[in-house]
Amino acid sequence: MWHRCLLVGTILWLVGTLPAGAFIAYVSNEKSNTVSVIDTDKWAVIKTIKVGQRPRGIEFTRDGKFVLVAVGDDDTIQMIDTGSQEVTDSLPSGPDPELFIQDSAGKILYVANENDNTVTIIDLQKRTRMGDVQVGVEPEGMAISPDGRFLINTSETTNMAHFIDTETRQIVANVLVDSRPRFAEFKRDGSELWVSSEIGGTVSVIDPAKHAVTTKITFDIPGMRKEAIQPVGISITADGKTAFIALGPANRVAVVDVASHHVIKYLLVGQRVWHTAFTPDEKWLLVTNGISNDVSVIDVAALKVIKTIQVGELPWGITIAKQ
Amino acid sequence: MIRLFVGLVVGLCALGTSAAAADPVEIGIGYLRRAGAKPTLSLVEQPAADDGLAGARLAIEDNNTTGKFLNQHFTLEELRLKAGEDAATAARTLADRNIGFIIADLPADALLKTADAVSDRGIVLFNAGAIDDRLREEDCRTNVIHVAPTRSMLADALAQYLVWKQWKRWFMVVGSHDEDKSYAQALRRAASRFGAKIVQERVFEDTGGARRTDSGVTLIQRQMPVLTQQAPAYDILVAADESEVFAAYLPYRTWDPRPVAGSAGLVPKSWDAAQDQWGAVQMQNRFLKLNSRHMTALDMQAWTAARMIGEAASRVNSADRRTLLEFLKGPDFSVAAFKGQRLTLRPWNLQLRQPILLVDGRMVVSVSPQEGFLHQVSELDTLGVDQPETRCKLH
Repeated sequence: MWHRCLLVGTILWLVGTLPAGAFIAYVSNEKSNTVSVIDTDKWAVIKTIKVGQRPRGIEFTRDGKFVLVAVGDDDTIQMIDTGSQEVTDSLPSGPDPELFIQDSAGKILYVANENDNTVTIIDLQKRTRMGDVQVGVEPEGMAISPDGRFLINTSETTNMAHFIDTETRQIVANVLVDSRPRFAEFKRDGSELWVSSEIGGTVSVIDPAKHAVTTKITFDIPGMRKEAIQPVGISITADGKTAFIALGPANRVAVVDVASHHVIKYLLVGQRVWHTAFTPDEKWLLVTNGISNDVSVIDVAALKVIKTIQVGELPWGITIAKQ
Repeated sequence: MIRLFVGLVVGLCALGTSAAAADPVEIGIGYLRRAGAKPTLSLVEQPAADDGLAGARLAIEDNNTTGKFLNQHFTLEELRLKAGEDAATAARTLADRNIGFIIADLPADALLKTADAVSDRGIVLFNAGAIDDRLREEDCRTNVIHVAPTRSMLADALAQYLVWKQWKRWFMVVGSHDEDKSYAQALRRAASRFGAKIVQERVFEDTGGARRTDSGVTLIQRQMPVLTQQAPAYDILVAADESEVFAAYLPYRTWDPRPVAGSAGLVPKSWDAAQDQWGAVQMQNRFLKLNSRHMTALDMQAWTAARMIGEAASRVNSADRRTLLEFLKGPDFSVAAFKGQRLTLRPWNLQLRQPILLVDGRMVVSVSPQEGFLHQVSELDTLGVDQPETRCKLH
């Protein structure tokens, strides 16, 4: 008798302590000037927030209280309160902000100002501009080394990844990559920096200590002309084993075995896939399909696309945090 | 011990001085432009005084932003020909100033004379302005790289779209000048190549006269319908009028309610101020900020030429002419120019492969090559004269 009670009790306890499962994804819609909010339990948009003009880069603050979204044509970064899901404040980002990144403490924000060849540095707590760094032509990609010592910025027309010392704010190295670098991502252990070259069609793997490209990941899709394969967003699992690369107008996400730097699979998603984000448990990868105006959901373990969610026009960036 | 100490100090001093920034490597680019500019029928299309040159100036700035990180510095030497002045002499003047690369906006004959005048001095011309096919065919030169598209590329780009649209019956009106006839020839070739049919051709004779008179449109709106009446059934009127004599008068004035293409209406161009795809807004903004006006196709052709040199310089990390040229002509060279794919040089005649925009003066209507036109090597080679057909023999 008491075995059954124990069993039921254990089951109830397990159910009670199982995580709620739902995460919230915020997607910036570049053309409709909105942010779509997706609930990962329902796999549906639960709210559409009106923001400023041309929203692109989008990211949760480290404390999860705000979602920052760069509204480039308004020359500012807006702060969406995650409680009320409304825009409550804005940051002095410098002109035409596109992508940005926070330091690990969530105190400093580094912003790429695409029109100005600058990276602007902002104090997130005081909400003031602290300084800037002159970089190459059309800065976009932003990454911070896991040890926090280096900020990486890629410039699209200069075709470089600039290594900036976060303390001195000086550029200490420049690494030439293939044409039109868009995105930079570190492996979680800091041993590799990956930079996607949209027009060059490759992803450069850079040794961050030597400041040199050690290998280039190339893509080959049967029947598809090479020019249409344009890598942009990159997401690498925390265990450093698998990477997902959005291939733009190839309409596919490449699954890459990190150890060998080879593509193991191509997943067909929507049109012009650009940016990617894992759910915090890395069970799902969500990707934005700019031309088909939707978000694809990829089951990471099964390597299958399981769902497509309609969002606003020209979905661009995506950020996910716990509900 | 003292020796060690002294050695250390000397060593550190040497380190100190070598750490001081070396003078940047200088790369000079020339810009040689023709004396006049052809006036257009439309007031809003009149070329600016710095048409083309403005694009090169922006590219020099962009090259220098990149050059900061590579210790390279680019300068532009501008030379505008006066009426009657000889381009070849001007080019030799630039050569004397140790300029290794000259962006040229010259008519075909002047371009050839100039290329031949400086070929022995290792100078390469970048043709940013002349669209004549013969410059890439029987008159090709090893020291001329073509950035401007050819007439045949422009005609093919238009034809592909019209065929895609199923507007296959063309009524062609041709001007009476040589370049108009060349354009008509390219359009006939394109029609045959892609499956359109020219149902009738008419000639518009240039009888001179002032372009703008006080009576304005009153006479024109009566003349154009008469010019275009009683044509066999057609889908679109294609006008070959590079001389800017009549085509701009045709839209909305044809006898039959039909769209116009070619030299007016839907026009094929390498670039347009309305182009906003593939990150082009960034390009347009930078140009507007520097030059206080909108960007033209010639501006973009000049920008691309200067950027090709900058791109090569950053890849080979050198200013040596031979090294740069070898890289430019090699298999690894490509340049990104805001048209959604990398641009490469056709190895057989040094013509830059490129998508062509179809524009209506306000918007980009389409971009060729159109989906469905396939090619073994590059779909961009469905535009213009392809390798198996070429009459160019570069030795």
